[in-house]
Amino acid sequence: MSTHAISDTAQAAGAKRHGNLVGHLFNRLGMLPVLIVLYLVFYGLTVYFSADGTSNFMTADNTMNILRQVAINLVLACGMTFVILTAGIDLSVGSMLAVSAVLGMLVSLPGHAPALAIPTFLIAGLVMGMLNGSMVSFLSINPFVVTLGTMTALRGAAYLFADGTTVLNQQIPSFEWIGNGDFLGLPWLIWIAAGVVLLSWFILKKTVLGLHIYAVGGNPQAARLTGIKVSFVLLFVYSISGFFSGLAGAMSSSRLYGANGNWGVGYELDAIAAVVLGGTSLMGGVGTIWGTVIGALIIGVMNNGLTILGLSSFWQYVAKGAVIVLAVILDKWRQKQAALN
Amino acid sequence: MMTNEVILEMSGINKRFGATRALSDMRLTIRAGEIHALMGENGAGKSTLMKILSGVYQPDSGQILLDGKPIAIKGPSDGRRAGINLIYQELSVSTNLTVAENVFMGSEPRGRFGLVDHASMRMWTNDVLKMLGAPFNADTHAGKLSIAEQQQVEIARALVHKGRVLIMDEPTAALSDRETEHLFRVVRKLRDEGIAVIYISHRMAEVHALADRVTVLRDGGYVGEMTRDELDPTRIVQMMVGRPLGDFYQHKAGRVPGRMMLEVENLSGAKVKPASFSVRAGEVVGLAGLVGAGRTELARLIFGADRKHSGEIRIDGQPVQTPDPLSAIKLGIGYLPEDRKGQGLFLQLSALTNTTLNVVSQHARAGIINHKALEKLTQDAIARLNIKVPGPAGIVGGLSGGNQQKVLLARWLEIKPRVLILDEPTRGVDVGAKSEIYRIIHELSLQGVAVVVISSELPEVIGICDRVVVMREGQITGEVSGDAVTQENIMTLATHAGEPAANAPVALQAA
Repeated sequence: MSTHAISDTAQAAGAKRHGNLVGHLFNRLGMLPVLIVLYLVFYGLTVYFSADGTSNFMTADNTMNILRQVAINLVLACGMTFVILTAGIDLSVGSMLAVSAVLGMLVSLPGHAPALAIPTFLIAGLVMGMLNGSMVSFLSINPFVVTLGTMTALRGAAYLFADGTTVLNQQIPSFEWIGNGDFLGLPWLIWIAAGVVLLSWFILKKTVLGLHIYAVGGNPQAARLTGIKVSFVLLFVYSISGFFSGLAGAMSSSRLYGANGNWGVGYELDAIAAVVLGGTSLMGGVGTIWGTVIGALIIGVMNNGLTILGLSSFWQYVAKGAVIVLAVILDKWRQKQAALN
Repeated sequence: MMTNEVILEMSGINKRFGATRALSDMRLTIRAGEIHALMGENGAGKSTLMKILSGVYQPDSGQILLDGKPIAIKGPSDGRRAGINLIYQELSVSTNLTVAENVFMGSEPRGRFGLVDHASMRMWTNDVLKMLGAPFNADTHAGKLSIAEQQQVEIARALVHKGRVLIMDEPTAALSDRETEHLFRVVRKLRDEGIAVIYISHRMAEVHALADRVTVLRDGGYVGEMTRDELDPTRIVQMMVGRPLGDFYQHKAGRVPGRMMLEVENLSGAKVKPASFSVRAGEVVGLAGLVGAGRTELARLIFGADRKHSGEIRIDGQPVQTPDPLSAIKLGIGYLPEDRKGQGLFLQLSALTNTTLNVVSQHARAGIINHKALEKLTQDAIARLNIKVPGPAGIVGGLSGGNQQKVLLARWLEIKPRVLILDEPTRGVDVGAKSEIYRIIHELSLQGVAVVVISSELPEVIGICDRVVVMREGQITGEVSGDAVTQENIMTLATHAGEPAANAPVALQAA
């Protein structure tokens, strides 16, 4: 071995250490750097394309806008995180949102029971979620199939309940605040989303149930042999996903003073995208709620930024899809780095 | 045999993974027509060395000579082209395909118009299967084969490619004694055909029965090489661990069996005919038999993992019901499953979660976990069982087999079991960890736990058990205790040497 070769290996070792450091940092921060870079890129682009050299992207108003737009998807994505952690999937969140929105609005109509609107949203969502959960856990039907079925059937139910039109009601004192009120200078929509995030984090990180969710997702056989009630855990995750969908239904119908059978079409895909962007494994057992928050924000920033740039909605789809796939490729690389450490 | 030509020579092999040095200045010389055993503890670098040889990994430095000429093995296809085939510990047979399709997967022979030539594929496969003496043919669906038969499919895959060097990584880990015997015949036959077989195993008896030459590794380095005449188990173990081990199996002293702790009466299920046996507190009872004899199935019935057809279980004299694992755990029955990765561990989760999962509810108030208490429990378990893990937060998937097994064992110790059933507790575990697991079992018995050990390794059963219950074809065929616990007696009951299984159970007692 010549000295030259030795110095080569020393350099290689140095480079490797450097690589490990970057990988380690990525591992701790997850997708946060992607979010920050994306935000800065949009800031740069909006400045570059604006007439007067100022950006209307990085303003307090617009940031609030982004957060408000993210709120509903984030609530759905939190429920989706529970489900995906058990290696399941819930395709029916958009349809559950529509059904509970329509039912809640119907209840709020004059002559019905306006005061019971909020419980209606939530209970409708919970019941539909429990229906999904029962079929997955007690009948052992594949979650994709179960929720594909309920996605389709509940979409039809939403149209039927709304009688094919939009249920409008400008007088909704009992829940007008949800979509339009502020608290301490922040819209209630954002408070509610933050509350859902905190609740989800608490359940997943601090409770026995949360630990059991990770265990069932990681290895269902071992979970059973270790005395975990697997069917209860599955019932719970689909129920909470339904419950959050009902809440999201309340949020959207309050914001728009109405509901129809078409509400929430395609929302399940944005929710799944947020969860996957957040680094939660579709195989189950791995993932965090903070990842989901970052994932939802990435999607929100993209939607908002592309709109401000005036990109056609067709190009928005292309850009959004590309970023999702690229981000997940990056995440794979990140996990490989983590595995080497 | 000593005069055979050298076909493969590896020298100066170095390999690092991040900060871990997996191999340093490793060497290995393989001759044609020899069975060359590779021995070393888990993590000694055997598998890494073999993955370098078969092109799965690239060495950081070092040289590989094939027939005296240096070759570069850049990927698994290079390895196969050079005639080097690796059969993994975990079998990679696709159970949805036929045997022939499995054998030729990725190298399907092409016929007219570039279509797959099924006729030649079947013909060549059947030729190789005949040579191996396999009881199935090219058209059999791989899903119908036993583990041992699937292994033969893998061997066939290697041979059909005109392999010159065949690497087998722990091939007997999932085989019964009878299947192992058959595998040995196949391996010897391959050797006689001039193929070099590199054989990785933890089992001294196998190496002794099979190897023409042994290379020992320790901590990623070369320790020594021995020919068949120089083989000495004690010396090999010393070379592997770098220190004398003391009496390997001797863990029986001072046991005082107490009152009846576990009584099973006429317990039956899908694959178990009515079975009765009992274990006293402080007693270690072996459950022996060939693979498929129904030992695991019986254990799962007791533990409530499968549905019972009939029978009664008494714990500490009290009749109990175990409709599901949770109720068994609440009664103080623990069951360590044989497939630790598939049925025991949560590989993506931390040592803390894996260790404390059974008792987490006891350390929670209103469903909220007391994390500090769990961390303390885990740290205690790591210290007590000598588990090598970065800390309670360390991910279990990254640990060696022995340490994974200790984590799983720790989980069951947390429930303070009255009855602990250990199913193949030392499978795929290195010598050092094995001896520690024996020590733990012995300590449990001294604390008054009733321990049941299911094991396919007879020396182990004989070494650590006070009494051995033997099963065959789903039925308990007899029981041996005291000096009657011998390999011959157990094997007689396990195979029952020609007698029908319907006979009344035999009890052999020391005179």
